[in-house]
Formats: sequence, structure tokens, C-alpha cells
Amino acid sequence: VSEAATPPPPLESDSEAYAPSVSAFYQRAGGIVTPLITTVFAFFMGGLVVAATGHNPLDVYRAIFNGAGLNWFLHFGSYHIDIPFTNHHVWFWWDTDTNKTAAFNLTQTLITTAPLILTGLAVAFAFRCGLFNIGGQGQYIVGATVSVYVGSRFVEMAHIPHVMLAIVLAALAGAGWAAIAGFLKATVGAHEVITTIMLNWIAYWGGSYLFGRGGPLQNHVQVAVPISDDVVPGARLAAIWGNPALQALHSGIFIAIAALIVFYLVLNRTTLGYQVRAVGFNPEAARYGGISVGRNFVIAMAISGLFAGLAGAIDILGWQFRLGVLDVQVSNIGFIGIAVALLGRNTAVGVGLAALLFGSLFNGVSSRSIDASIFPATLAGNLALTIQALILLFIGADLLIVYVWQARKKLKLRPAQGTK
Amino acid sequence: MSTYYYAAVQRWPRHTWVGRFGVVLGLCAFLVALPPFRVNAPWVPVLIGFLAFAAGIWALSRGQTRPGWTAIGFGIVGIALGLLATKASSSNLDQVVVWGALLSSTLQWATPLTYAAIGGLICERSGVVNIGLEGMMLAGAFFGVLGADVTGTWWGGLVVAAVAGAAFAAVHAVMSINLRADQIVSGTAINFLALGVTGYFFISHYGDRGSPGNLPRIPDVNIGFLGSVFGSLNLMIWLSFLLVIVAYFALFRTPIGLRLRSVGEHPRAADTVGISVYGIRYAAVILSGIFAALGGAYLSVGFVGSFNEGMTNGRGFIALAAVIFGNWRPFGAFAAALLFGASTALSFRLQQPWGNASVLFQSLPYVLVLIAVAGVIARPTPPASAGRPYVKQ
Repeated sequence: VSEAATPPPPLESDSEAYAPSVSAFYQRAGGIVTPLITTVFAFFMGGLVVAATGHNPLDVYRAIFNGAGLNWFLHFGSYHIDIPFTNHHVWFWWDTDTNKTAAFNLTQTLITTAPLILTGLAVAFAFRCGLFNIGGQGQYIVGATVSVYVGSRFVEMAHIPHVMLAIVLAALAGAGWAAIAGFLKATVGAHEVITTIMLNWIAYWGGSYLFGRGGPLQNHVQVAVPISDDVVPGARLAAIWGNPALQALHSGIFIAIAALIVFYLVLNRTTLGYQVRAVGFNPEAARYGGISVGRNFVIAMAISGLFAGLAGAIDILGWQFRLGVLDVQVSNIGFIGIAVALLGRNTAVGVGLAALLFGSLFNGVSSRSIDASIFPATLAGNLALTIQALILLFIGADLLIVYVWQARKKLKLRPAQGTK
Repeated sequence: MSTYYYAAVQRWPRHTWVGRFGVVLGLCAFLVALPPFRVNAPWVPVLIGFLAFAAGIWALSRGQTRPGWTAIGFGIVGIALGLLATKASSSNLDQVVVWGALLSSTLQWATPLTYAAIGGLICERSGVVNIGLEGMMLAGAFFGVLGADVTGTWWGGLVVAAVAGAAFAAVHAVMSINLRADQIVSGTAINFLALGVTGYFFISHYGDRGSPGNLPRIPDVNIGFLGSVFGSLNLMIWLSFLLVIVAYFALFRTPIGLRLRSVGEHPRAADTVGISVYGIRYAAVILSGIFAALGGAYLSVGFVGSFNEGMTNGRGFIALAAVIFGNWRPFGAFAAALLFGASTALSFRLQQPWGNASVLFQSLPYVLVLIAVAGVIARPTPPASAGRPYVKQ
């Protein structure tokens, strides 16, 4: 990896390489066409794999759709919904009863979506500064570790301050972890991709040490089990939809949506955001314009890590309530964030939609969501990983779409030339 | 004779020799506390470590930055480990430090890293960053098992693994060379693709039974007179030594190597003199996929004898770390792979006396690379055009 001071150009800015007509096509189509084509194409390729191994792709995708609880929206009726903080309820056209499978699956999809929004933002924010934050996973683990530590200690604290403390410290820890990479980039020009990969694995083994048997943060009661202490009930996020005993949707989704708004406002409506984007477009021009490039590298990485740390906090305080060695080792929320950010074109709305797509996909294939008689969950999980990889592969190659577009035009032109 | 000596002195001036002597002293500070010497007095490693430190300062203050800092680093680490070893009870020490077992275990863990690191090195020297080494290793590990199982021979497994690795690498090559996609994104996608595809076909083909127990294994080479460690090394370990030497000569002593390096340093200049930039890059990326897959196949068909989902578990990234730590040079990468292999081997051997804390040894490669790129010890310099797509004019 190059360690030159100039970061790689953002994916969309390589416009001089395209013919004018093509860049005009891009401007007209906005950022929507490529992600849509990419997604459809990736699902199509995944369907080919499914068909090749003797399953019906349409049945499998319907099972994933239902497993994600998206069929909930298709069933209308006359129901009612509770108004928060009161005993009243009003008429509603969907059934909110989570004892029904569809509604329950939907709550689980939203639980998965919330941290994906945040880790997606973690990648997207750095991208807007021209940095590739591949370390969302490490920042997520660090945030989760700090929140589980704070959440399982300080038992005598009141509910709101305790939750706030855990969330804020986790976010700051994630920010600090990411800022190491930003600092190294700003001072010695170490490439952020290398440093964040290394930080990911240090967090991975660090977490394995802390929660492993005999580790400093390992469970005090079950000394043979490699997990942390439980987060005390006073430090848990409030449930907003469903039965708390069966993993209800927690209020962390509001934190995620608020983060989307903050992301948009900071980038587009503040001086900081202007500077970050200026450095992202062209660091040399930004430097010439009086913007401190190094300072913005550190700040952008810190804010990225803040988002990823938040993701860890809401997962721990919202539904996991404990962190085990296995969680640290198999989780890949932070890595999916890369696909979320790229598919969402590093914009707030895009990240929200992409997170919903991946949240549905990964919850839809989980062992308790998918109908095992149609497609086994072990296969489905790997199918989801493959689809995610294909999306990642083709979203990075927008030139592929351009080639296809040009080939189509040539095909159109050829008969016209023939008649001359 | 004297001219050779003179040349050596010219290449490494006197102060460099002092720095290198300091490195050796730093190693000694640790070694004296281990069997068979087993010095119990804590002042001995401290003294030797300080001498190493002093030698480092000497070299440093006379303009020899790299050997100087290296000696200082070795001195400090030597003191720390030496003190740790004198504190440890001698029975524990005997259990951990069984030189033969430790050495063969180090070689076993280092070999997959060596293959992948040489592959990654060739790829990056040609100007294409390869984050996808992990995925290519994993593909090699699975398809090696599948090939060995289907063909019934271990070399059939190696061939199938190499083909699979080449296929994954070809995807990366098309994406990053022709389509000029971001090479980091493409590499990350390869990692996930390999994870998903190998997992899918593993479950779909073997189901809950796991990979077969009677898998044909890559044989050991028994050379009796070389002793217990080197006398029965796996074939792939011997081949990895050969690979490092061949890679060195091919890269730095042949016209092809010169072309490959020039494409990685300044593709436009290479293009101007008639070297096919795309051709060289394609060859390098696909070669890296083949080597990474062979490393993965050694892991599954040679070493462990089975496959499980995601079994490479970050080894591709350690190989990447070895490439960087070894400063994009074959012998450097090999030395780094040995060091990282030793840290893995130690981590398993230390499980008995240290318990869970031994896990921390697994993170040593990553910490070392972080320190290296931070520039404390002479910072590694990557090929100038690594990560930049080349547009033909």
C-alpha cells in the first residue's frame, strides 16, 4: 500500500477517466442506478449458486424475505398501536403483536440494522475525508468492551446517567482507537488501511484475552465460561417494541437514526464538515486553502470511531447484555459496515437504506428466522456472505457498469452505421 | 580474500557492525535465562541487555539509524523477556522451552505465512495491493481438502487448491487492473467471497460430517542425519525455503524481476520502454493467488488434516504484516514470517503456565507492524505505485 501523503481519490471522483457522455450519464442517474444494478446482479449471481446446488432460488429468497419479517408490511388489517407513556392506543393498519412471527422477525431485523447504520457511517465519514477506515470492526469491539465494563459495574448509579455514561465512554473509546490510525496518518503518513487492519486484530486478540477464562473481565460467577459479567438491568436500553424477555427492539435504533441526521448535518452544514470534504476531494488544494490536512485526518478518524464505538454500545446495552470471546471472534458487524457505506454511496440516506438491506439479509438468514425446511441456515448464512461480497465487488467497479453502458450504445449504433 | 573483506566493510561500516553486535547481545540477554544456560540472577540479562542498548546508541549517534534502533529495541525486549524468564519457575521453563518442539512448531506455523507472504510480496511489487490474501488462503485450504478427497492424492489437492487460488486472484486482477476498482475494496470483497463460497460448498458438500478423516496428507521428508527437527519436516516446509530463495533471485537478479519491480515503481516508464504493464500485473496477481492458496492448502492438507469454516483465522493478514515488516523483500518477509510463526507457537506452548494471557502473543505481529509503520525503527518503504491503477495512454 502506498504511503504517499495523498490519499486515494474517492470512488466517484475519477471522472476524467470516463468519456464525457458517460460522466453525463452518471450525473443524470445520480447515485442510485449503480447500487440498484449491483444489488440485483449480486442477488442474481447468488441465485445461480443456489440453483446449482439443487435449491429453488425463488423459494430461498422468499424464505429470507419472510425470515427478515418484511412480509409484515404486506399484511393489512384493522389493529391498534399503543401511544408511548400513556395507556391509550389508536387504530393502526399493521399488526404490532410480536407474538406473530412476522412482527417478531421484523423487530430482530431492526435490531441488526441499528448497529449496521452506525458502522456504515463509521466507514462513510472517513471516506468523505479520503480515508478508508477498514477498522470499524476493531472500533466496534473496543466500544462493546468498554460499554460492557461500565454497564456491569457502578451498580448503584441511576438508570439514565448509567446508560449515558456507558454509551459516551464506549463512543469515546472507539474514537480513541480509530484516532490512533488518524494520528499515524497525519504525523508519519502511515497508510490508514494497514494501521486499521492491525488495530482490528489487536482488538480481536485483546478481547479474546479480556473475556477468556481467567481474563481480567471474565464472568465472576461462571468462572468456566469465557464471557463477561452481565450488564445490570439499570444500564440497559429501554425496549420499545416487543417482549423484553424475548429480545425486544430497543431504543438504540433512535440513536442510530439520530446519528444519520448528525452525520448529514455535520458534513453539509458545518465548517468541520466542509473542511473534511475539502480534504477528501483534494488534500493538496485543501492545504493550499489553509486547511490543516493532518488535523482533519485525526478528527475524521475519531468521528468514524465514535460511530463504530456507539454501534458496540447499543448492541451490548440493547440486546446482548454480555460479551463473550465467541462474540468478539465471530462478529463482523464492522466489516459489513464497509459494504453498507459503499452501497449507500457514503451519504446519510444511502447508508440508512443499505443498512436496512443488509440488516434484512443477515437477519433473514439467521438460524431462528429462516424456514429450515426450505433452506438450511448454515447454507443461508454463507449465501448472505457471498451476496455481500458480490455487492462489494461490483460496487467498487463502477467502470464495469460504464463498460456495459458503452457496449449497449455501440450495439445501438452498429445497425445505423450499416445502413450508410 | 582481502578484496571481499574490504567490500563487506564498505557495505557495512564499522558502526553498523556495532549495531548488529547489539542485536546479537539483545538476543543473548534473553537466551542466557533459558535452558540449557538457565541463569537465575536477574542482573545478568539486565547487564547484557544494557550493553545491547549501549551498542544501539553508539550506532545511532554515528548516523546508523536502522541498526541502532534495532539494537535498542532488541536490548529492551531482551531485558524484559530475560527478567520474565528468571522469575519463572524452572519446571515451567522446562515445559515451555523445549527447543526442538518449539522450533518445529515455529516452522509449521510459519510455512503458510511464508507462502502467502511471498505471494503478497510479488503482487505488491507489481503495484497491486492484495488485501485478499486471507481469502485466497482460505480458498486454497478448502479446495485443497476437496481436491485431495476427490482425487485421492495429496498432490491432486495441491493442484486444485492452486487453481482455486488463481481463480480468486483472477477476479481481483480483473477488478483492480482492467476495471480500476479500488484495490482495497476488491481485496475485502475477495475475503468475504472466499469465506462465503468455501463455507457454502463445505456445508453443501460435506454437511454436518465435516471433512473426511482419511484425507491423503502431504508427506514428511525423512532425512535421518539432520536430527529430530529437520529430519522429518513436511515437504511443503522444504519447498517454502526453496520458494524464498527462488523468489529472491527471480525478483532481484533476473530481467523478469526487474520488469516486475519497474511496473510497481513507475508503470508509465515501464510502459514507455515496451513492458506490458497489464500483462505483468496479471501474472503477478495470479501468482500471488497460487502461492497464498498453496499456503492455505499446507494448513489444511499438510498440517491440520481437515477443514473447518474460516480456518485461516487472520493468517492472510499476518502474511500481509510479514510483507510490510520485511520491507517488501523476500528474506525480510521470510524472517518476519518465522518471527510471527514463533509468536504463534509460543502462544500455544505458554498456555500451560500462563493460561489465557498467552493469547496476547497472537497479537504480537500486528503490534510489531503498527510500531514499524509508525517509524520508530526505520519505516518500511512500499513500492511507489502500489495501490494505484494504471491507465494506458
